[in-house]
Amino acid sequence: MADRHTDLIVASAPHVVAPADTARIMRDVVIALIPALAVSTYVFGARALLLTAVCAVFSVFFEWVTRKILKRSNTIGDWSAVVTGVILAFNLPVGIPLWMAVIGCFIAIVVVKQLFGGLGQNFANPAIVGRIALFIGFAGPMANWAITPRMSQAILSVAEQDAITGATPLAISAAGGTVPTNLEMFLGLINGSMGEISAAALLLGGIYLIVRKVISPAIPVAFLGTVAVLSLVFGLDPIFQLCAGGVMLGAIFMATDYVTSPITTPGRIIFGIGCGIFTMLIRVYASYPEGVSFAILLMNILTPHIDRLTRRKVFKPAEGGAK
Amino acid sequence: MKNNKLKILTNGIIRENPVLVLVLGTCPTLAISTQAINGLGMGISVLVVLTCSNIMISALKRIIPDTVRIPCYIVVIATFVTMVQLVLKAFVPALDKALGVYIPLIVVNCIILGRAEAFASKNSVVDSMLDGIGMGLGYMLTATVMACIRELLGNGTIFGKVITAGTITPFTIMIMAPGGFFVFGVLIAVVNKLTKGKVAEKCQNKCLGCPGAAFCSEVQKEGGEEA
Repeated sequence: MADRHTDLIVASAPHVVAPADTARIMRDVVIALIPALAVSTYVFGARALLLTAVCAVFSVFFEWVTRKILKRSNTIGDWSAVVTGVILAFNLPVGIPLWMAVIGCFIAIVVVKQLFGGLGQNFANPAIVGRIALFIGFAGPMANWAITPRMSQAILSVAEQDAITGATPLAISAAGGTVPTNLEMFLGLINGSMGEISAAALLLGGIYLIVRKVISPAIPVAFLGTVAVLSLVFGLDPIFQLCAGGVMLGAIFMATDYVTSPITTPGRIIFGIGCGIFTMLIRVYASYPEGVSFAILLMNILTPHIDRLTRRKVFKPAEGGAK
Repeated sequence: MKNNKLKILTNGIIRENPVLVLVLGTCPTLAISTQAINGLGMGISVLVVLTCSNIMISALKRIIPDTVRIPCYIVVIATFVTMVQLVLKAFVPALDKALGVYIPLIVVNCIILGRAEAFASKNSVVDSMLDGIGMGLGYMLTATVMACIRELLGNGTIFGKVITAGTITPFTIMIMAPGGFFVFGVLIAVVNKLTKGKVAEKCQNKCLGCPGAAFCSEVQKEGGEEA
């Protein structure tokens, strides 16, 4: 028997008990984030670790406090707050004052997640809203990109000229400057938000998640594919566009959030394509150099509609069970 | 009797607060509550217009024909709004400029039209005046409190006086639209807590006690006839 509107299939007994539960899935996500954290620590130094730790600790703390005040069950054991905290940290510039990062955690966990009912009830990805609120609210500190000696020569020379202080590759590209080589972009020897710099490390994490069947490849492939195709349409370098900014982090770790992405495979493909289209539209036409988080947030809001549109069509209702 | 008059006066402040409980006049409130002075200025303007129009409409309630009552109310309200705007332009031009289009828009503010329809057209002049003052005070307090919170968090000042600016980086999203909606939601939550959610419950179950009830039932009736 299958749920006729989704891909979920319920077979008859005997059933195998799978070990998958929320905590296990979330632990896998944390493991998948470790390579990116390692590259960030190499490029930015120990402060990357500190920022990640602060965000993770305060996310868990806010989750615990809110559930306590609202007299709900304690859910910090499901690791979802840790994942939100780490992903939020990955979305911040490494030098951001820590109290601002804590405000981001508050918005992500309390406002976006717990006020709407906790894990499974939030309409948007908590880390994304946390990032966007900080990005709009603290525009200065959120665009203060650190420069370290381990970065690409192209970035260092821009910093030296002081023309566009500490600009990210996307900002340099928007200003028409010399951008780092594609290899440097891929490895992550660039500046940007803390965890988004290394496409290689993020891809490694993504492959781990797909192999472990934590995420389906539909959303990342559709997202990245759309970005690549649209880059060619706009006459841009697709490899640069894929490695720059938050596309990899967004496509692999944020757009694939179970709660805020569609449940059917066609729905996921539409979701990924939508994310890619809006990302490229913002990059090419809008005043912001980067648009991944806005694109994902917009598609998060459209997710219920995508789910409704991509339900399986039922031609003949099953006997008795029809509604 | 006296108690009743007092109740009419205080109804608008918390129990039937026009913005936070009746959820009327939300657009101007969210738009102008970026600075405490704007919130207060808008609040006083609404208070004056609401009190005067309530008195006038209540006094004219036997003369105004039922079928054209809404245009008549709007003429009365527009008269007072024009007066308020001329006063603002003459004495506080800076405030007039800051509030911009939202002063003329008081004409179609649903709080004022709503009170005219639901209260002033059915009650005595004195009661209507008290209702206007009470509802106006409720609006003024809400707009000012919202604006103070948003100005403090988003700009680090209150009424232009420096509180935290310079020591703490202000969270500028609070004086943008999302901050407005956020503070609005938090204040509604606070009022629901203070009234223990009784007001919201009453409106959901029955229309009794809801000043918009006359409006709603009429709209429903009309809709039903059309269908």
